[in-house]
Amino acid sequence: MDVEIARTLDGALAYLASRPDAEPIAGGTDLMVEMNFGRHRPKAVVAIDRIDELRELLVAHGRVRMSAGVTYARMLREEIGSPAMRQAARTVGSPQIRNAGTIGGNLGTCSPAGDTLPVLAALDASVVLRSASGDRRVPFTQYMTGPKKTIRRHDELVVAVEWNDAGDAQVFMKAGTRNAMVIAVASLALVVDGRRSRVGIALGSSGPTIIRATEAERFGEGLMDETGWGRRRVPSDAALAELGSRVAAAARPIDDVRGTAAYRRHVLSVMARRAFARAVLLA
Amino acid sequence: MKLSLRLNGADRTADVAPHESLLTALRERFVLPGSKNACDQGECGSCSVLLDGELVCSCLVLAAAAEGREVRTAEGLTPDGGLHPVQRAFVEAGAVQCGFCTPGLIVAADALLRAEPEPTVAEIREALAGNICRCTGYGRIVDAVQRASKGIYE
Ligand SMILES: Cc1cc2nc3c(=O)[nH]c(=O)nc-3n(C[C@H](O)[C@H](O)[C@H](O)COP(=O)(O)OP(=O)(O)OC[C@H]3O[C@@H](n4cnc5c(N)ncnc54)[C@H](O)[C@@H]3O)c2cc1C
Ligand code: FES
Ligand code: FES
Repeated sequence: MDVEIARTLDGALAYLASRPDAEPIAGGTDLMVEMNFGRHRPKAVVAIDRIDELRELLVAHGRVRMSAGVTYARMLREEIGSPAMRQAARTVGSPQIRNAGTIGGNLGTCSPAGDTLPVLAALDASVVLRSASGDRRVPFTQYMTGPKKTIRRHDELVVAVEWNDAGDAQVFMKAGTRNAMVIAVASLALVVDGRRSRVGIALGSSGPTIIRATEAERFGEGLMDETGWGRRRVPSDAALAELGSRVAAAARPIDDVRGTAAYRRHVLSVMARRAFARAVLLA
Repeated sequence: MKLSLRLNGADRTADVAPHESLLTALRERFVLPGSKNACDQGECGSCSVLLDGELVCSCLVLAAAAEGREVRTAEGLTPDGGLHPVQRAFVEAGAVQCGFCTPGLIVAADALLRAEPEPTVAEIREALAGNICRCTGYGRIVDAVQRASKGIYE
């Protein structure tokens, strides 16, 4: 295996262009596990964790641009323009994992259990990809095509994610078998964006990709239209239950070692009710 | 391939395999067996070290990619090899049984106390959530960190 330590973004992209068998390594918290257990040994890796350009974080004029090398620890320390993203970051692994793991790595792996991914989906975020031949910007929901499958070409790097600041009414929830160091059995991100009169709801560990619960989103928007955006009035129990069942209906869960499909649907409906009630009070 | 880094305050160089982890390099090449390998997948924290001052699992760091960086292990917490205040607190609180988790916990506890000299019990538990102990049940480990926190880190 060849190891290249990139100092600049252009250097990393040139290396990837010249070596079709090379893979990037950022925090290493996914890739090293594969390598330590001999499940995957790339022919070459290019370390991208020293590239200044990939560490930038910009929150200005209602827009957020988070570069791929931003770690979970930084998301907890710095202004990142999304309370749900901060909550998701806090649930990731342990301090050790949060110090090393990056949002670019979460997008590179693109597991349905990746904790930043439902947040990106609920925020309608875009993924910025770059290769030696240029940039492209795609909505997150088009970026991920299946479990650990994306549209990224091997010569591209995820350089950043971008979203509109959607205000404070955002919640991330994750159900697991314990509180710390846990892969989500099911997760949910919910955004009530009063400025755009928009509700975003996305589900993790609930299907082959992150799922947008579009029916539930429209229902939630209807509820906000009735009670008034920004009025901080929690809808009736019946309305919340309806929202919960629409979220559960959108999921496409399976039975696996972490939980059953039926449990996942149940827990999603409970999380949706609680998240909506909580978000409305933050609006 | 050659790996040169600043290890426990000294410039060190060794031959490492391209795919091997920093943990393997520390234990096998630099003969610093304090960092332990219990899982090799980031779950147990027994391999915890400071990489450029940040707490990480050395089993998840590609050794070759650590070229030129600064690494501190449990062996290097005190300059003279004597007991560090956190180490002393672990001994006094009876926080060590088999000891396998201890070096990782000491490094993690030191990282916590430098950031937050007087952590609450909840903060201690959250900060040490990545360090698994099979023996103690954690009570005395939390006691030890509280004991170390009193007046040592200013
Ligand atoms: C103990 C443990 C607990 C964990 N807990 C959680 C958790 O709670 N929630 C969670 O979501 N994840 C968790 N993870 C998984 C992992 O930490 C995250 O997915 C993390 O975001 C990966 O980032 P990284 O920088 O370490 O990625 P790396 O391991 O460096 O890379 C991962 C993949 O992405 C590719 N890649 C990296 N950066 C880029 C880029 N900029 N562009 C394109 N491709 C790129 C790499 O080639 C590789 O295929 C855990 C892992 C461990 C070991
Ligand atoms: S050996 Fe590194 S975390 Fe277990
Ligand atoms: S003392 Fe034995 S694992 Fe902690």
